[in-house]
Order: sequence, then C-alpha cells, then structure tokens
Amino acid sequence: MKTPIYFDYSATTPVDKRVAEKMCDCLTLEGNFGNPSSRSHPFGWAADEAVEQARKDVAALINANPKEIVWTSGATESDNLAIKGVAHFYHKKGKHIITSKTEHKAVLDTCRQLEREGYEVTYLDPQTNGLVDIDQLKAAIRDDTILVSIMHVNNEIGVINDITAIGEITRERGIIFHVDAAQSAGKIEIDMQKMKVDLLSLSAHKIYGPKGVGALFVRRKPRIRVEAQMHGGGHERGMRSGTLATHQIVGMGEAFRIAKEEMQQDNARIIKLRDRLFDGLKDIEEVYINGDMEHRVPHNINISFNYVEGESLMMALKDLAVSSGSACTSSSLEPSYVLRAIGRNDELAHSSIRFTLGRFTTEEEIDYAIKQIIDNITKLRELSPLWEMYKDGIDINAIQWAAH
Amino acid sequence: MAYSDKVIDHYENPRNVGVLDKDESDVGTGMVGAPACGDVMRLQIKVGSDGVIEDAKFKTYGCGSAIASSSLLTEWVKGKTLDEASEIKNSEIAEELELPPVKVHCSVLAEDAIKAAVQDYKSKQAK
Repeated sequence: MKTPIYFDYSATTPVDKRVAEKMCDCLTLEGNFGNPSSRSHPFGWAADEAVEQARKDVAALINANPKEIVWTSGATESDNLAIKGVAHFYHKKGKHIITSKTEHKAVLDTCRQLEREGYEVTYLDPQTNGLVDIDQLKAAIRDDTILVSIMHVNNEIGVINDITAIGEITRERGIIFHVDAAQSAGKIEIDMQKMKVDLLSLSAHKIYGPKGVGALFVRRKPRIRVEAQMHGGGHERGMRSGTLATHQIVGMGEAFRIAKEEMQQDNARIIKLRDRLFDGLKDIEEVYINGDMEHRVPHNINISFNYVEGESLMMALKDLAVSSGSACTSSSLEPSYVLRAIGRNDELAHSSIRFTLGRFTTEEEIDYAIKQIIDNITKLRELSPLWEMYKDGIDINAIQWAAH
Repeated sequence: MAYSDKVIDHYENPRNVGVLDKDESDVGTGMVGAPACGDVMRLQIKVGSDGVIEDAKFKTYGCGSAIASSSLLTEWVKGKTLDEASEIKNSEIAEELELPPVKVHCSVLAEDAIKAAVQDYKSKQAK
C-alpha cells in the first residue's frame, strides 16, 4: 500500500488508463490530431468522427440525444452557459431565478453576477439533511420566475436531490430547470427521457476523465435556448464557439462509456468500503454524520469530529488525502457554507472531514485510515480544552466567548 | 499549505500539554479565542514567590499553527518574570515558527493568552 492514500475523489479523479490511452491517440502527427471542423480533408473527418462518437457516449450515460450535448471546458462553464444563457435569452419573460444555498460556487457566483445585472434570485434554505424542500421551492415560484437551478448531488455532503420531482413542478409551470450534475454523473442513474430537466451540467474529471472538458445537455423537446457566452466560429450550433479539443472530448467520451458499463459494479464495491469506513468510525464519541445517509451517493462520507479542529486533524492525517469544511483549509476564513446552511454550528463545521472513495480505493486503505483517524482523534482531544470541558460536563455554549 | 519544520515539530511533539489547578492562588489561567472561530487556547502559568514563572501548561483547540504557537509559548515563558512574559510579542512567535500571513492570527492569540494568564494571576494576588 502506498501513502498518501487518496480519499478525495469528489475533488477530482485520476484519469482511467483506458481513457488516457484513447486521449494519447489524438495528439501527434501519427494520431488523430485534425481539427474536427476541417471539412476538406480526412484529418478533419477522422477527428469529427471521434468527437461525434464521444458525443454519443456522453449522451448514452444520461439517456439523451447526442444532438443535445454541447461541449464546454468543464462544469463551471456549463453552469455559466446554462444560467446566464437562459437569463439573457428569456429576460423578457421574467427576471427571477430560484436556486439553493448549498449549490456549487459556479452556480452561486453566476447568480450573484445576474443580481448585479438586475435579476432577482431566491436562495432556498436546505433542510437539515441537506436536501431541498420541494414545498419551499413551490412556494418560491413567482409569475416572473424563468429558471430553477438545483444541483443533483451536493459536492460536500453527497446528498441526492429529487430532481425528478422538481422537474415535474417546473415543467408544469413552464419554468426552465437546470441541474448541476457534476457530482452525480456516473454515480447514480440519470435519465433525460424520464427526468424533466432542461439543462444539465456535466464534468469529465469527476468520473475518471481529464480535467478541462465538460458538457451541457440542452434539451431539444421542448426546445431550450441559451444565449452564447463565448462567441466565434459558431461551433456547437452557435452555443459555444472554440475549436473542439479532440483529445479532451475523446477522453470524456471514453470515461462516460466506461462509467455506463461499470457503474453498478463500481458502486456495489464502493458502498461496501464506505460502510466499512463508517462502521470503523461510528463508535468514536461525539461524531456526527453530515447530510442524509439514505439519499446519498455511495462514495461520500462527511463526518464532524466534535472538539477537534478540522485543519489540525488533516495535518495529523497526513497519510490520507481528504478535505475539510474548516475555514483554515480554504482561502476564505469562513467555515463550510454548506454545513452552515444545513444548520451545523461553527464548531461542527470546523470539525468536519470529507472522505470520498472511488474506483481505486481498497479495503486495506480503509482499514489503515480507520486506525489513523482513531489514534489521532484521541491525541488531538487530549490537546483540546473544549474536549476537557465537555468531559467535565461544562456547557461550551453557555460560555461567553470573545469572538476574534 | 506547507508548514514549516518548526510548526510540524511542535505539532507532532507538543511541549507542556496539560492542566494546572486553576483554583490555586499561584496559578494564572488565560483562555482566549472562540470555538466558532476555530481556535481556543488555554494557557496556564504557575508563579513562584519570586515572581518567576516555574511551570506552564496549555491545551489548544485549533489548527496546527495555533497548537505550535501555544506549545512554543509555554517553552518561552518558563523561567521568565511576569513582566518579561508579558512583553512577548506575537511577531516573535510568528517569526520563530515562520508562520505565513494567513496564520499570524494564531500568534496573536498566543500573545493574548499569556497576557490573560498574567492578568488572572495578578488579580488573584490583589485579592
């Protein structure tokens, strides 16, 4: 077993070797290097064929028509194109958008920008299990609401929103529904025939594809229009100009093809590992699982170890590559806004660790992690004045702390 | 974020972790920070009749830099008079531990902690 062990598959995944091989075939003079837009010679035709095959593979994973797939540079661009694209195209219909407080920054920051442009945005509070409250969503809909943007799976706590139910509501009201599916594609079933989702953002690097490429599903029936954010040669039916990056796109296509084929067996294996990790940690005193355990992707576990600060725990767990909701790990000084939004207090938000498992995680790695965590929690709690106070029966919330 | 070797050393082998009896008249306790901000530091000093700090103990909830700052502080204050200990500046701690700018607040907290401990001891003596 090699250390450090990678437990941050929701941040990014290694590229699957089968994907890397396909990508390498699209780079050099001997390979498929042509510009897919070159119509006048076989180099272009071959590249175009590879791109279109990838489009079919990506569409197949979400049961969509390949013509509904628009290539982008990643899920952030897809979110921008979807939200700004709809807002700008349909602004005469209305200027109200609904989203949730636990969305990815690519959605939240895009909405903030639209607010500066004069749009109104409602940010829904999640329930304490992390999920969007459907009734609250319904109540927030106004006559001038043009767009609802709700993520499928939350990146920090892995909970799964009921996008099927939300799609029924938005379709009935004639509101466009965008879903950020960066964390759900390849993990759980997505079916664009069944789900009334109008726009769906996808990323390659979360499912063993390369960074720097993603896609936006744009529904054709009923037809959804978006105003382009990137202008130029009119690629992707005018929605996103720029020479198609054949190697990136081919990588994404192969990653999605593999995901479709292996998702079920991958999940069966990963959920066993996740449960093994959970079982190994659940008996530690004062641990809290963040987010709903039932409506959750198999590979995510997010735990708060009360009275231990997240960054110091990560420093102790130097053999484990994990991420924390603690403020110290991010450039901002606020603890995780997602954990705060689901009602966790600052202490528990500061004490959280996210483990995300993946295709290459092993049982041996899980067992090693459990031992490391238990040993270091004990050590850090011996150092913690808050733990001592807790053990002495002192109510920490009753103390007047001087904020600094 | 990369930590300096000194931070890692203090973090992995913290000096003077523990508790002194806060009710003893020769013990001063300073607790600063807040759980909501992600760090709480408790520093205790035991002062001899000659006004020299004989012993120091700490417990800290916080990041590695906060733990290292308080650990270093306990080493520094031992053998110092109360006045000398009160003069320790956060910049000296930050410099010694090579703290990056984003972690300077940890050394500020340590300076606050020793000042609070000295104050607590003095107020006990005044009674």
